Amino acid sequence: MRKQRWTRYLVGIWALALVGAACSNNSSSGSAGSGGGAVDCSTVEFGCVTVAAGAPIQIGTLLSVSGDNADLGTDSLYGVQLALDHLDGTFDQKDGTILGHAVQLQNEDDMCSAEGGQAGSTKLASNPDIVAVIGTSCSGAALGVADKTLGDKGIVLLSPSNTNPALTAPGTHNPFYFRTAHNDAIQGSVVADFAQQKLQAKTAATIHDESPYTEGLTNAFKNSFTALGGQVVDEESIDSSDQDYTPVLTKIGQKAPDLLYGPDYTAECALILKQGRQVAGLANTAFMGSDGCYASNFIKLAGSAINGAYYSAPDLSAFDQKDFYTNEFIPAYKQQFGTAPISAFHAHAYDAVNLLAAAIQKVAIQNSDGSLSIPRVALRDAVQSTTDFQGIVTKYTCSSTGDCATTVTIGVYQAPNLAIEGGTGDGKPIFTETKTLAEALGGG
Amino acid sequence: MAQGSEVPVAPVTTTVSLGRLQRLPVRRLIQIVLAIIIIAFVAIGSYKTLTLPPEDRYSASTWKAFVISGVALGGIYALVALGYTLVYGVLRMINFAHGEVMMMGCFVSFFFAEAYAESGFLNRSPFVALAIIFAIAMVASCCIAMLLERVAYRPLRSAPRLVPLITAVGASLFLQNTALGFFGPETQAYPVPDILGGDKTWTVLGITMARIQVVVIVTAVLAVIGLTLFISRTKVGKSIRAVAEDREIASLMGIDVDRAILITFAIGGLLAGVAAVQFGMTFGQVNFHIGFSLGIAAFTASVLGGIGSIRGAALGGLILGLLYSVGPALLFTGFHIPAPFQLQDVITFSVLVLVLIFRPGGILGSGEQEKV
Repeated sequence: MRKQRWTRYLVGIWALALVGAACSNNSSSGSAGSGGGAVDCSTVEFGCVTVAAGAPIQIGTLLSVSGDNADLGTDSLYGVQLALDHLDGTFDQKDGTILGHAVQLQNEDDMCSAEGGQAGSTKLASNPDIVAVIGTSCSGAALGVADKTLGDKGIVLLSPSNTNPALTAPGTHNPFYFRTAHNDAIQGSVVADFAQQKLQAKTAATIHDESPYTEGLTNAFKNSFTALGGQVVDEESIDSSDQDYTPVLTKIGQKAPDLLYGPDYTAECALILKQGRQVAGLANTAFMGSDGCYASNFIKLAGSAINGAYYSAPDLSAFDQKDFYTNEFIPAYKQQFGTAPISAFHAHAYDAVNLLAAAIQKVAIQNSDGSLSIPRVALRDAVQSTTDFQGIVTKYTCSSTGDCATTVTIGVYQAPNLAIEGGTGDGKPIFTETKTLAEALGGG
Repeated sequence: MAQGSEVPVAPVTTTVSLGRLQRLPVRRLIQIVLAIIIIAFVAIGSYKTLTLPPEDRYSASTWKAFVISGVALGGIYALVALGYTLVYGVLRMINFAHGEVMMMGCFVSFFFAEAYAESGFLNRSPFVALAIIFAIAMVASCCIAMLLERVAYRPLRSAPRLVPLITAVGASLFLQNTALGFFGPETQAYPVPDILGGDKTWTVLGITMARIQVVVIVTAVLAVIGLTLFISRTKVGKSIRAVAEDREIASLMGIDVDRAILITFAIGGLLAGVAAVQFGMTFGQVNFHIGFSLGIAAFTASVLGGIGSIRGAALGGLILGLLYSVGPALLFTGFHIPAPFQLQDVITFSVLVLVLIFRPGGILGSGEQEKV
């Protein structure tokens, strides 16, 4: 009996709370409507995010900030923080505001895996105040995982470093997914051009670890390389939980290809390089990796084996706003984080935040009580319609499938002359090429 | 089988024919059929691989490279497998935390190795530095193994055998997460002295190998010989064997059972410490989860060779290493299966299952069936 009565009280309180919540929702969306926009938050799909007067706008990040690929995600997170710092026009370590509201970050870890992407995006999606998410670092965390979880809630996901082509391919693209990073169709085709023009490579072998990032890149490379008349003599895959790749590399060595293309993440890149250098058949083979390897801890892991290997990454010396980047951004990065950039996508993350801020400013409805209503679908449409938005890296124009970097300059660096912490030399690429997305996709 | 359940009401004749059926060696038949299928697959696969058109065929030097890398990997497996097999031999218990014991040794020695590399000591006097690094890894692994025995296993020694098994899994997770908490999730670069560097080779018996591979193989052989001598010749070894034979009688004969078991764990720990440094220097990397996959592989190796047998562990390690490197190339290339090395684990575990079907005690095992 006693137990039953308690239950009844609880149900009563719960019902009251529900009514209260419903009322407050109604009142806020009502005021949003009266705020002057054409959007009615109570009827529009996915509704609006309401930011109370004086409250911060909440933006999520879903980046790889721990584990082997911590450099990749941390570097992007630094870019995000610098962008918030610079919202007020200066790098003064005091964050700027969007429409008078401070910006608060909720940082989650994508762990560079589908599982991490699922866990992190579910956490972010469960917070109704999240306006948009900057992430993910690794394509595998986004593809069919974070893009879906967040897209189902109408939350825009804007990635600074996902490069897998499927993320923005018709059919697999989630309408709420965008990226400032290049599409690997471009990177793969630049690498193929480099292999042909600079290395005069006729044969190549590829290795991937079955993650979307690595597989996407080896496929893009293969398409471009064979279209240019080259021959891919061996395509292998490895298990990233293993450490011994010598047998696979020995098998590839049998074909003695001119180029071994092994785009991967840092730990695997280092193992491929170190073990590959000891395989007799690969003595005359050039080693080529990608921007996933391009991180400070990779230089440490690979040791002296790194010398002479090639890595493709965004050409930092070809950025649109190069003066701003070298004279203001990099000094601020060094001052605030005590290191030269540790990976290659800080500028893309910086641009992503600014692109998002511009879109929020375009669609947010300022209510008479000082609160802000941001309709989710309108925000998505605003990001989608971004045209010639000037960022550090390039001018962004978002395609209908979410690729915002449509003209991309990729550089090929020869180790140890990499443009990141731990690299030596002047950090200038030995080969650089600008391609549009249409060219890269059209070319194969 | 459905008929079998109706035996009481069935006519006598049926029972008789059923009896004949039951006498048919079904188990044996399945084994034979299975064996034929596998032998056929292996034979066809190997034949097709070896008779590929010359431009696709592996050269002799490639085969040699496969074998060398397999043997070197097998050496590391063997060293860790010895730890599994020793503990099993004495306690009839699988110490699933043994891979983590190795990982801890690897991490602890890493900090010293890194400091020596930074100060230049590692390359200035590599032999002294290596001796210290090995000693530290061995002491660290040994201490952790003994602590594990004292804290996690000894209180449960009289409990049913499933209990320590579960504790072992728990201890494994505990150690893994301890390392994650203390040392962080990043992969660290394990320093390698120049004299063992990747490009340095030695030629042994006409075969050119990386120096670290030679070290691994030599150490593994020495460990097996030393351990066999230790167990068969010394007084402590005799007491360990006595405890393995019958714990109660051994204690009645005045053998300190606790001490013998502790020593068993200590030896396993020391060998894991040696394996730890060699793992670090072979792959140049250490992180908190290396113990897991290596532990599984070493456990597989010890079961394959016959768990409880020292030579079995060594043989199992060697076979496993060879299966990893030679297996996929030999069996799958002929069938034109893309990326055959993705199927390494398929081969390994198929072989394990087969060995367990045909020789439940492992290749060099006693033949007795033990349920884990």
